Amino acid sequence: MKRRNFIYLTGVGAAAAMLPAIPVWGNEISPERALEYIDPAAKKILSDVAMNAARSKGATYTDVRVGRYLNQFVITREDKVQNIVNTESYGVGIRVIANGCWGFAATDKMDKDSIAKAAELAVSIAKENSRLQSEPVKLAPQKGYGEVSWKAPIEKNAFEVPIKEKVDLLLSVNDAAMKGGADYINSVIFTVNEQKYFASTDGSYIDQDIHRIWPTFFITKINKETGKFETRNSLSAPAGKGYEYLDARPEDKIKTASGTLYKGRYDMLEDAKQAAAQVGEKLKAKSVEPGKYDLVLDPSHLWLTIHESCGHPTELDRVLGYEANFAGTSFLTLDKWESKKFQYGSKEVNITADKTELGSLGAVGYDDEGVKCGQWDVIKDGVLVNYQAIRDQAHIVGLDHSQGCCYADNWSSVQFQRMANISLQPGKKILSIADQIRNVEKGIYIVGDGSFSIDQQRYNFQFGGQLYYEIKAGKIVGMLKDVAYQANTQEFWNSCVAVCDKSDYRLGGSFFDGKGQPSQSSAVSHGSATARFNGVNVINTARKIG
Amino acid sequence: MAILTKEQAKALLTKVLSYSKAEQCEVNLSGSDGGNIRYARSSVSTSGGISTNSLVVNSAFGKKSGVATINEFDDASLEKVVRRAEELAQLAPENPEFMPFLGPQEYGPESPTFSEATAAMGPKERADAVQESLNQAKENKLNAAGFLSNSAGFSAMMNSNGLFAYNKSTDVAFNITIRTEDGKGSGYATKGYNDYTKLNTKADTAIAAKKALASVTAKAIEPGKYTVILEPTAVAVMLENLFFDLDARQADEGRSSMSKPGGKTKVGEQLLDERVNIYSDPWNPELPTSNWNGDGRPQGKVNWIEKGVVKNLYASRYWAQKTGIKSLPSPDGAIMVGGTKTLEELIKGTEKGILVTRLWYIRPVDPQTLLVTGLTRDGTFYIENGEIKFPVKNFRFNESPIIMLNNLDEMGRSERTVSAESNTNYLLPPLKIRDFTFTSLSDAV
Repeated sequence: MKRRNFIYLTGVGAAAAMLPAIPVWGNEISPERALEYIDPAAKKILSDVAMNAARSKGATYTDVRVGRYLNQFVITREDKVQNIVNTESYGVGIRVIANGCWGFAATDKMDKDSIAKAAELAVSIAKENSRLQSEPVKLAPQKGYGEVSWKAPIEKNAFEVPIKEKVDLLLSVNDAAMKGGADYINSVIFTVNEQKYFASTDGSYIDQDIHRIWPTFFITKINKETGKFETRNSLSAPAGKGYEYLDARPEDKIKTASGTLYKGRYDMLEDAKQAAAQVGEKLKAKSVEPGKYDLVLDPSHLWLTIHESCGHPTELDRVLGYEANFAGTSFLTLDKWESKKFQYGSKEVNITADKTELGSLGAVGYDDEGVKCGQWDVIKDGVLVNYQAIRDQAHIVGLDHSQGCCYADNWSSVQFQRMANISLQPGKKILSIADQIRNVEKGIYIVGDGSFSIDQQRYNFQFGGQLYYEIKAGKIVGMLKDVAYQANTQEFWNSCVAVCDKSDYRLGGSFFDGKGQPSQSSAVSHGSATARFNGVNVINTARKIG
Repeated sequence: MAILTKEQAKALLTKVLSYSKAEQCEVNLSGSDGGNIRYARSSVSTSGGISTNSLVVNSAFGKKSGVATINEFDDASLEKVVRRAEELAQLAPENPEFMPFLGPQEYGPESPTFSEATAAMGPKERADAVQESLNQAKENKLNAAGFLSNSAGFSAMMNSNGLFAYNKSTDVAFNITIRTEDGKGSGYATKGYNDYTKLNTKADTAIAAKKALASVTAKAIEPGKYTVILEPTAVAVMLENLFFDLDARQADEGRSSMSKPGGKTKVGEQLLDERVNIYSDPWNPELPTSNWNGDGRPQGKVNWIEKGVVKNLYASRYWAQKTGIKSLPSPDGAIMVGGTKTLEELIKGTEKGILVTRLWYIRPVDPQTLLVTGLTRDGTFYIENGEIKFPVKNFRFNESPIIMLNNLDEMGRSERTVSAESNTNYLLPPLKIRDFTFTSLSDAV
């Protein structure tokens, strides 16, 4: 599924700017069928067929992923339901090592003959390619877990919620925005259920049930006289949660000078109301004076900066050059890690990788090569201490085990190294958002994610946001527009002078992080508390065309 | 599923329609076979083969419609999928924007989108092609990372109003990044064809290698406004932002760069330099694309920008009917009319400027002006007195394709190129542009 197909499906046009690549979709099904679950015993039989067929053709290692990927999209605009889509993608992907080389084949024909043939094709591809191989694949050891399972700890399966309930919510959200002065609103509830079964010749048979949800909207308001328009995206965060995510309690709300922000759960109706008011303010906001500012960045914004400038450059495949032809390599080269003193950021900067954080998009029990997941430090007191690795890379950085970062977005895709949840840890001293703002002389408080771009080695980036508030002498004095900040990653993170305490820690994230060729999407969360960065270069993005 | 011929597809679709009890029924059928090799660190990293096919049934009762899909083709499965689409249609809310399905259409001659040579590619041909590329890199002690993919497929559709359409196509894509062993130089090449015999992975690898070696020891020069020469690969990722914005509904609703105050659009206006001509043509021999769209509408030759004036916007059938404009689907590729000069001749005629071989990570900044940001990558060079003088460090830019095409200095010959952002193929010239805005430096190689 390409971004353009998504634009076509939702009709959101420019709104899709907030969405990069989209994962493979499948066949359309009835909502009821999404509630069926395939018996793991049946999946074990099919997996054994594949492993036996591959072994008989000479494979020295085989893993099999029997995957059922379910998506539901409820898509509306203003007073209309545009589309309700339920999709299922079901098939098997077989990865082998033969003659020391990887091979992969996939099929959606779930009979034993077709699966055996796919396994044989994977072996023949591996053998054909082995003549191109300079050294054999070396896998970190991995013990088999036998027959195990893991289920996301959701409270309410979103696929069990009647579509009418979702439609009613979205139409009430749209109505509130329109009554609040918006000219247009597109709104969507995406829900995902990955039912994944993994088997390998190491002796694992792992059944997992993973859920994700992303309610979001996009509001536009136009000044009819000048033709100028402004937009405001939802401040929701996609989450590894069930439908309970849309049931916000008072403790899930943070009241600030900019309005309400959300922690753990989301009040879509309330956010639509405030968004309609804010998009009107944006139209009247002052165009920013370019220059150096101290930035106070909300977690709804900072997650994306963390994702691009820390998540990606610490991916070991990028460091090693596996992504050189597409996403790029990384400035965090092995010598910087080996030195144990590369100052990635200031002492305030502690960044962890975590594949287990509850409610995050990346949380699973086991990764897509059968490795039990955990957490580890990546940046400790500002110093680079670790990367994110999978089985065939672990030996390169002297690890005797994989860190469990392997993922494929579909049964038909080859699994490879993908980002764990990478999060900035909250500060140890008590510090609130109000304190952060009070301490700034000349600054900008940024809420929500916007435009983003970073170079192929992750040095130079530029980010926009949804809401920009000018801070003068410790006070918010009004809204700004046309704001983007540009920085060098290392300089930026070394300018981090304060991170709010854990009471402000919140997750943001991406449903559709694109990487690889052919491109695959993965979902990943990034946590942080509101953080301050001193002396960052801000540009004015206003232009004039004919 | 093998690639069905027109007659086989017609027979299957006729059978599916015979099961329909809906007021209207439309069926889309497609299948493809393909494979790919990805390599890096001068070895294969991933490789696979995939075969897919699907049959999509859209059944409608009044303004209610339901869609169901299947990939099994026995009679019982076909009937089942039709029944399921009908059940879903009965349950669906009315769609006020539903359009009755089209009747028979004239699509003109078949477009030459299919190549037997590409359809015959398998694991061996892919490995051979990659071997050529890897050998080229190894001989020169350079690191290669590349991707080769090929596919062959067909699409067909038929509906209860008598429409039938069929097309088969192939495509092969190759892109390669060559880096020097010290990591100080990087070069890139990308090619896309329908016909595999046109692909020369050795020659493309040599182009990337040349750029990699020439870009070592890049100097930093001040960001600012410069005359630039953009190679077609760089032009593609800028101009496609303009192509994606030629949407009538967004323009009419006042929320795109094609909008004007008071609900008007820029159609008929001189938006760009008068030498800018952009069109699409499914029968162009260099860039053949399907002569019909997935909703059954014909894809013909369409002028989008003529002498710098916006001539047409594309629209859904619903929006075209509501607003009374021509019902044009968005094209599968775009062509910009170029000049006669080669890239070398453009460089020769440049007193001071920067050669940009590739732009990367392009993201929208302001939809109103179509301002986008991104960076140069894989070979950026300073030009003085008609010669490349030295490699320069990469820049971040903030620029709008609309502003860019008003600052047009000169155009070279159009050639087929591929967008590294969207994987879409285009026919585009290298462009020489005045006052291109670089806003900061990047240390990335």
